[in-house]
Amino acid sequence: MTPGASQIAFDNVSKFYGEVLGVNKVNFSIEPGITSLVGPNGSGKTTLMNLLTGLIKPSHGAIYVLGLTPQQPIEFFRQVGYCTQFDSFPPGTNGYDFIYWPLRLHGFGHDQATKLTNEALDRAGMTPVARRKVAGYSKGMRQRIRLAQAIAHHPSVLVLDEPLNGLDPMARAESIALFGAIAKQGMHVIISSHILEEVDRISDRVVLMSSGYVVAEGQIKEVRREVRDHPMQILVRCSNAAKLASAAFELDHVVEAKILSDGQSVLVRTRDAEQFSLLLNKIVSAGLVEVDAVAPADDDVNSIYQYLIGSDGGPV
Amino acid sequence: MSVQESVARAQSTLKEQPWRLFATQIAILVRTEVRRNLFTRRRIWVYLLALIPVLFIGTHDIFSRYHLDPAQIEDDTEVLAGVIQLYYLRLGIFFACMGIFTWLFRGEMVQRTLHYQFLVPVRREVLVVGKFLAGVVISILLFATAVLACFFLIYARFGSAGRFYVFDGPGLAQLGSYLLVTALACIGYGAVFLALSLLFKNPVVPGAMLLGWEAVAPIFPSWAQHLSVTFYLKHLCPVKLPVDGPLAIFTVVAEPVSPFISIFGLLCLTVAIVILSCFLIRRLEVTYTAE
Repeated sequence: MTPGASQIAFDNVSKFYGEVLGVNKVNFSIEPGITSLVGPNGSGKTTLMNLLTGLIKPSHGAIYVLGLTPQQPIEFFRQVGYCTQFDSFPPGTNGYDFIYWPLRLHGFGHDQATKLTNEALDRAGMTPVARRKVAGYSKGMRQRIRLAQAIAHHPSVLVLDEPLNGLDPMARAESIALFGAIAKQGMHVIISSHILEEVDRISDRVVLMSSGYVVAEGQIKEVRREVRDHPMQILVRCSNAAKLASAAFELDHVVEAKILSDGQSVLVRTRDAEQFSLLLNKIVSAGLVEVDAVAPADDDVNSIYQYLIGSDGGPV
Repeated sequence: MSVQESVARAQSTLKEQPWRLFATQIAILVRTEVRRNLFTRRRIWVYLLALIPVLFIGTHDIFSRYHLDPAQIEDDTEVLAGVIQLYYLRLGIFFACMGIFTWLFRGEMVQRTLHYQFLVPVRREVLVVGKFLAGVVISILLFATAVLACFFLIYARFGSAGRFYVFDGPGLAQLGSYLLVTALACIGYGAVFLALSLLFKNPVVPGAMLLGWEAVAPIFPSWAQHLSVTFYLKHLCPVKLPVDGPLAIFTVVAEPVSPFISIFGLLCLTVAIVILSCFLIRRLEVTYTAE
């Protein structure tokens, strides 16, 4: 992979914590706009962001951000702002100093640093409480002051780990609007979030992660298509496994229907979970089969997949 | 690549560095760290380490002020030498530096704030130098003040005889030597503990081993003694202690060297250890979690 000067590129990146896998063989590039990292807890989103910003080093592979690496910190961190998930602050600091002093470390003089600090506080809606100690802030305020610090030096790449956590609905809406405005200026905004509704609404593209692997990436429409082609596994426990399996086989989207060894369970692999659910409802209504339990067999990622696909194929 | 080419390349690399920015960043780091670490409840035990002899000497002054004999100045000069050589250099400054310098990076990890330092456009080497200098400022401020206070309390109670000893006798030169030794001890121990904190997750055990090494180094060959901080400091102490028996190991000077060599040697050792810390910081990763 040859990284361009306007690209963020992961080149075959793996990270192991001893024997534990963080992320494995990650290969993708990110264009300007909003990119969301989506996946369940432990899927490797934070690891990927920490790798991107040099807080941890890859065990294999390389990462390029606009042609730079974290080994060139002066140039790199003038381009990158990272709002981490760590809810900790230097003891005794207040909101203003929390933004002002890192700006001085950037090399800005007092006047310029003051101007940028006030601007960042204003954008994050933190001006009225800027002189209060951070220790006295609410969770939402702490989140916003971290965001203010990350954007204060006008970075070209903004990395936000769970930036909507702890924010009230109004603050969420304001933050999302802020991310949109930043992305419109041609910047890279990389967001990880569990709040999928918002991710779906604001993202230009998504990267789906599971157990340290990137399982899908691209524009949301492309991912939906990719996920549609990826059969989902559904386990059904019922009174007549053979009858359910033969009925399932008649559907085009069912790839496989396997009766398990207990004789009362069927593992169905389907490309259209919704259509299969309708079939199941019909069979149960007709009294042909009594269903005891239905469960997705590929649980965590499945819920994300289901959401991203949406009930009608469009955005939810 | 020839040696000349290597040298030319190194020179051009050095010229390209933004030294003015580095200096500004170091000044800001020192200011921030001193503010954060000097006046904090976490440092109360360090203040106590510095002040214990001051309190003892002060208390002694209160109870013995009516039994003063000017001839006693020589004895009290040896008492002061003992306090500085056996307490401050061996224990007080050692443990204080252990607390101050290991906390500079380990403390950031414990408080989960190290990532803020790693996410600004500051070279990690600059970060090491800035934090090291902050530790040096804090420890020298505390211990130079304590040594000054001890000196003042020892000689002030002798009145005119004390003033004569300080200003017309060897007192002022001795004070200068003690302050120099105190500063060098803070610098030397500080560099060692900074490196240990980057090498080990828990620097207390290696710190205890270092304390042992500093105690037994005099019985080792000359080249090995050069790796001990107190080796350089002993030569700079102005008053010889009349210590016999096993305790003499702490004060005996087996191979005298000039003050210039002592100062230069300790500063070289310090620079070498700080450079090692600069290499160690490069491999440091932020591995604490958000939980």
